[in-house]
Amino acid sequence: MTRSGRWAEWGVSLPSFVWLTVFFVVPTLIVLSIAFHAPSSDGGFASGFTMETWKAVVRTPYKEIVWRTIWISAVTTAVCILLSLPCAYSIARMNTRWRAIVAGLIMLPFWTSFIVRVFAWRTLLNPEGFLQHVLIALGLADASVSLNYNSGAILVVSVYSFLPFAIMPIYTAAEKFDFSLMEAARDLGARSFFAFRKIFLPGVKRGVVSAILMVFIPAIGSYVIPDLVGGRDSELIGNKIYQRTFPDRNLPHASALAAVMGFSVLLPLAWVAWMIKRQDAREAKRLAEATARKLSGGAA
Amino acid sequence: MADEFLVFDHVTKRFGALTAVDDVSFSIKKGEFFSLLGPSGCGKTTLLRMVGGFERPDSGRIYLDGKDITDAPPNMRRVHTVFQNYALFPTMTIWDNIAFSLRLAKKPKAEIEESVDAILEMIRMSDHAWKYPSQLSGGQKQRVAIARALVDRPQVLLLDEPLAALDLKLRQHMLLELDTIHDQVGITFVYVTHDQGEAMSLSDRIAVMNLGKVEQLDTAAKIYEAPRSSFVAAFIGDTNFLVGEIVSTEGDYCTIKVEGLGAVSAYNDRKLDVGRKVHLSVRPEKIRVTLNPPPPEKGAGINIFTAEVTDVIYQGVYTKYWLKSGGRSMSALKPHSRFLLDQESITWKDRVYLWWHPDDGYMVENFSPMDVSLIQDPPAPKESSTP
Ligand SMILES: Nc1ncnc2c1ncn2[C@@H]1O[C@H](COP(=O)(O)OP(=O)(O)OP(=O)(O)O)[C@@H](O)[C@H]1O
Ligand SMILES: [Mg+2]
Repeated sequence: MTRSGRWAEWGVSLPSFVWLTVFFVVPTLIVLSIAFHAPSSDGGFASGFTMETWKAVVRTPYKEIVWRTIWISAVTTAVCILLSLPCAYSIARMNTRWRAIVAGLIMLPFWTSFIVRVFAWRTLLNPEGFLQHVLIALGLADASVSLNYNSGAILVVSVYSFLPFAIMPIYTAAEKFDFSLMEAARDLGARSFFAFRKIFLPGVKRGVVSAILMVFIPAIGSYVIPDLVGGRDSELIGNKIYQRTFPDRNLPHASALAAVMGFSVLLPLAWVAWMIKRQDAREAKRLAEATARKLSGGAA
Repeated sequence: MADEFLVFDHVTKRFGALTAVDDVSFSIKKGEFFSLLGPSGCGKTTLLRMVGGFERPDSGRIYLDGKDITDAPPNMRRVHTVFQNYALFPTMTIWDNIAFSLRLAKKPKAEIEESVDAILEMIRMSDHAWKYPSQLSGGQKQRVAIARALVDRPQVLLLDEPLAALDLKLRQHMLLELDTIHDQVGITFVYVTHDQGEAMSLSDRIAVMNLGKVEQLDTAAKIYEAPRSSFVAAFIGDTNFLVGEIVSTEGDYCTIKVEGLGAVSAYNDRKLDVGRKVHLSVRPEKIRVTLNPPPPEKGAGINIFTAEVTDVIYQGVYTKYWLKSGGRSMSALKPHSRFLLDQESITWKDRVYLWWHPDDGYMVENFSPMDVSLIQDPPAPKESSTP
């Protein structure tokens, strides 16, 4: 790249860099730094460095909660992606009019408050609620089974809430996808599902990656859903942070938990980045191998 | 049977009220280079997509090598398509693109490598094997698309206007290349185009389509020299239509009384009787234009008329003359060469002789006045600025 080109690139990315620093990096560091102070009785924090909070966090049995937060978020993300792919595919194949209608229907729930919608689920899953009655009528459950207040309920409501955030980026990518490639694959002997997996999926890879982020990150920080439909033994980190901040008035402890949560988001992000890197590396390796093969073939 | 390798049996395809392919029946021979030629929207792509398995006919059957393939899904036919936009897989290298069908067929690794390397050699793209499609030029992409479709030796290769996106020179080059490839692989090619030059220079046989029907199926020369309908005569090349009635027959020839022109002699291959209304197509390049009458040694019985030049259009290879004879307009083409003995310069308003041999006119079987609009109209008469 030329010198001026590099400067131009800097110039373009500078505003977003400043924005991210001022409104994301600095606040994150402030939150993190609070975890190294002692709590004060007025709900704030005292001056002076201490590791006591961290020791307390490690001592408290959070492991189960962290683990549960991660697996519920991961399963929510996986289910959302699996549902979104065929969804986005079929919407992108519709004609323009139907596309607009269906896209509108997907966004429709957003006209109702998020909390109201989760509350509706709570009513729906209630032992006296509609779903329980249906299941009992079908003989699939009896009155002793509880649909509400467990990890399963959190999972179902999370998938419901985050699904549009997965469909939209994948649909946006699918809209730009050249569907004649699918015909080409079929033409060359691929079955429909193979073409979907090997041609469509790589074609909307970017959409899938942003869908993963759009679902996984809010799922990790989820607080309203476990609070309303989760039970005593299905709390997530979000609930704990709330408890430490407000009822317990222990801000440093809450900050330490927030840091743990941030870490659980960064980990999968790093994993995604690493996977992409590794794919590039694999490509490069194959290229080198093939060149070597050609060279040796040419010499023989 | 080799003569009936790919067979269309009363194939019809409708889109709503529109009949895109209308009761089409014909067959393509094994190993043939076959072209579907016709104007935009006449149903060429639709017909091709039914062979590929992407559309299903509303009625009729399609047979390949004796087997009914009408309802077979695309992946169950040994038929591959070269798409107009190439449709190369952007996330795969050229090598992987070409290996796609072989890998699907679970061929042994060594065989895949051998076949892909061989076909890359054939299209002279070995050095580009590890590039991605976005890194290739249009002509290179085209060659890769052809290689990808040929590598596992399909029974039929379908090409839908494969050269439409290329510039003229590259198109001419790729035409030669396609011809060579066809000779090398010996696979049946079905080539769709609306460019008559492409179709004529490549094809063993051509089906001329119009409004969902096949108007004529013949060799290039037959289609040009003996067009069965006014559509074929007007769509392929340029022509003059003379309308008249047969007034007498003499052996293989007949005399036609043409309105506004007079008696015209023509070859009567269908042995039509006196009194029949006929439509004669005379191609402009078959008509000679001279200042002097034709020399007597050109033979008796040729058609000679006097005319006035109403327009002269220089076209490089030819000059096109618009002539008015007895109230009707005709066009004639004349190549340029000092060696043409009668190379006098003929200009606007000259009185000239136009003459052609009776064998050079062809009476079309089906005439539709609509088709006359396909041929160029004479330019609007100019007002002379100087007397
Ligand atoms: N999927 C479709 N839905 C509705 N109408 C269609 C569809 N595909 C083709 N048609 C119509 O069928 C007719 C034939 O189309 P087709 O694509 O076969 O023409 P073509 O001969 O290939 O033309 P071109 O040279 O422009 O490619 C056209 O009038 C077209 O509008
Ligand atoms: Mg077409």
